[in-house]
Amino acid sequence: MKAVVVGATRGMGRALARALAERGDALWLLGRDASELLASARDLEARGAAGAVGQAALDLARPAGFADALDAADRGLGGFDTLVVTGGLYDRQEHLAADPVRLERLLHVNFTGTVVLCQMAAERLAARGGGTICAFSSVAGDRARRSNYLYGASKAGLSAFLEGLGHAYAGRGVLVVCVKPGFVKTGMTAGLPVPPFAGEPHAVARTVLRAIERGRPTVYAPPAWRLIMLVIRSLPRALMRRLTF
Amino acid sequence: MPLEPVAGWGRHPVRPGRVERPERLGLPAGSATVLGRGLGRAYGDAAVPARADTHVVATPRADRILDFDAASGRLTCEAGLSLAEVLRLFLPRGWFPPVTPGTKFVTVGGCVAADVHGKNHHRDGSFGGFVERLRLRVADGGEVVCGPDVERELFLATVGGMGLTALIVEVTFRLQPVETPWMVVETEALRDLGSMLEGLEASAPDWPYTVGWIDCLARGGDIGRGVLIRGRHARADEVASRPPPARRVLGVPIDAPEWLLNPMLVRLFNGLYYRAHGTGRRSRRQSYERFFYPLDAIRDWNRLYGPRGFLQYQCVLPRAAGRAAVDVVLGRLAAAGAASFLAVIKDFGAASEAYLSFPVEGTTLALDLPYRGAATEALVHELDACVIAGGGRIYLAKDAVTRAEDFARMMPRLGEWNAVRDRWDPARRFRSALSMRILGDPA
Repeated sequence: MKAVVVGATRGMGRALARALAERGDALWLLGRDASELLASARDLEARGAAGAVGQAALDLARPAGFADALDAADRGLGGFDTLVVTGGLYDRQEHLAADPVRLERLLHVNFTGTVVLCQMAAERLAARGGGTICAFSSVAGDRARRSNYLYGASKAGLSAFLEGLGHAYAGRGVLVVCVKPGFVKTGMTAGLPVPPFAGEPHAVARTVLRAIERGRPTVYAPPAWRLIMLVIRSLPRALMRRLTF
Repeated sequence: MPLEPVAGWGRHPVRPGRVERPERLGLPAGSATVLGRGLGRAYGDAAVPARADTHVVATPRADRILDFDAASGRLTCEAGLSLAEVLRLFLPRGWFPPVTPGTKFVTVGGCVAADVHGKNHHRDGSFGGFVERLRLRVADGGEVVCGPDVERELFLATVGGMGLTALIVEVTFRLQPVETPWMVVETEALRDLGSMLEGLEASAPDWPYTVGWIDCLARGGDIGRGVLIRGRHARADEVASRPPPARRVLGVPIDAPEWLLNPMLVRLFNGLYYRAHGTGRRSRRQSYERFFYPLDAIRDWNRLYGPRGFLQYQCVLPRAAGRAAVDVVLGRLAAAGAASFLAVIKDFGAASEAYLSFPVEGTTLALDLPYRGAATEALVHELDACVIAGGGRIYLAKDAVTRAEDFARMMPRLGEWNAVRDRWDPARRFRSALSMRILGDPA
């Protein structure tokens, strides 16, 4: 596999990039912080990535730079066949509700930026015969709750996009995998109360890798969240309204 | 960050603290007190915060490998990388940690901060001897690189400095080449302390790894009886080419009741362990995990000592004090009847130059003491007195009880260490429950 990874410096993206490196895939990292990208590239090389791991600048909030970043990755990898996007923002509902600038930025990065990047990459992959796009959405996008519907909305939109993208490009050889993590213990969720069924990043990485290998369009991680969300999606609206979490 | 209970591996003492788990290590803005913490395997209060508003910086998520030179085995990593991960990644390529403590669930930063030793101390010394560079965040927020030839004093104060001079951010150290993940191991049952000490000494020139397990509850002339274990890395032509099978790991789901490890049962276990070996020598091939990390097969084994936790006591008695000093400590332990599983006995080689490094040439003893309040603490103070009389010292990575005045008597270079700390951290930004107790830091 020749994979471009957005978000490989941290959390689940770091774990997934390591899993790819340890099975000998070639990797190219895109992100905002050059020194962090370099440190993660060295780490992935030491863990077995094929060849040198290159890096280029990409900010999910600035779609104007996407074409250059994908060009750089294409040159470095000799044509990538996989795009992984784990990068994204999280913020507490109360912060987003109180600060329109933060809210706008989160919606822009999680939805607009990610959608534009995946759409551009899908077109490139289809033009060369196919490939894989794997993007991280969230269980928060499956059902809106009062305590995190702003973040959830950005992910609901992303999930809908990924589902449609998968349908649209299936005939052209592009597999689209939408990952829906439940609560995972990473720097992003630090300080939040840890609920039952919380996952670890390396376990999520294994689950996601299996889904990519088997061509599954939707993957919940940890897998228990598939059942949990099945129940939550079927709850009547009146009950959802009374839930405080 | 919410408050959470923070303790060492012995689960005593427990203090509230705010624990950050960053993926990139740094110091918080401002002047808040800071304490680095690895995987929490120090037994006592070394990685327990002095006060609730201390920023406890847990390092295990900062675990990237930044450079590896496959020709020399030189590895540069972030301080939170664990030895378990070093082994998983590099043992298949023929590299092994230069020094390892009795668990692989420790961070490289923690190995530096405690200047850990292993079964090869008599030959190779402690972990700090293999460290080439440290990248630190010092109290004023700046970054400092130190090593044996750069900022040497800060280096010698940080190796074994229990995280009290700076936050260790990156470590460069040398791995040792090995041909296989297997060990050639020879064991021998020995009937008393004298033969155990002689056995360790006789094995030292030929075996890179030696250790003894002794029964501290045996009475009279049997004191110090036990099993001598010696090992070396197996050559490729000595073992099958397949790696050892993955080990099954059992957990301890709940705190055991305190009556479980009562003196009678432990005495019985220790006696059985000794007799089960039989007389004479036995030789075998063993996986590196079984040889170095027998207790890692039981996750959360520290819960076996019950909800009040336990202390581990480890001291070293210099060779000059002779066997008599070891006898005194063992005699005191036997008289107290404090239930301990087999104690570990080992001969140390030459001391390191690091100011607070624990090992000095002589004999070390390590054993568990279930924590039973004031009586257990009184026993530690008595043992400390015996150790001071013999010119020895205790290991800070295990300690939770020793008094400041006793510690000062044990460590002849404490003044030099304090001078370096005064220079780099005059306001004592790096502080722990241990530093309050043993160095008189303010709360």
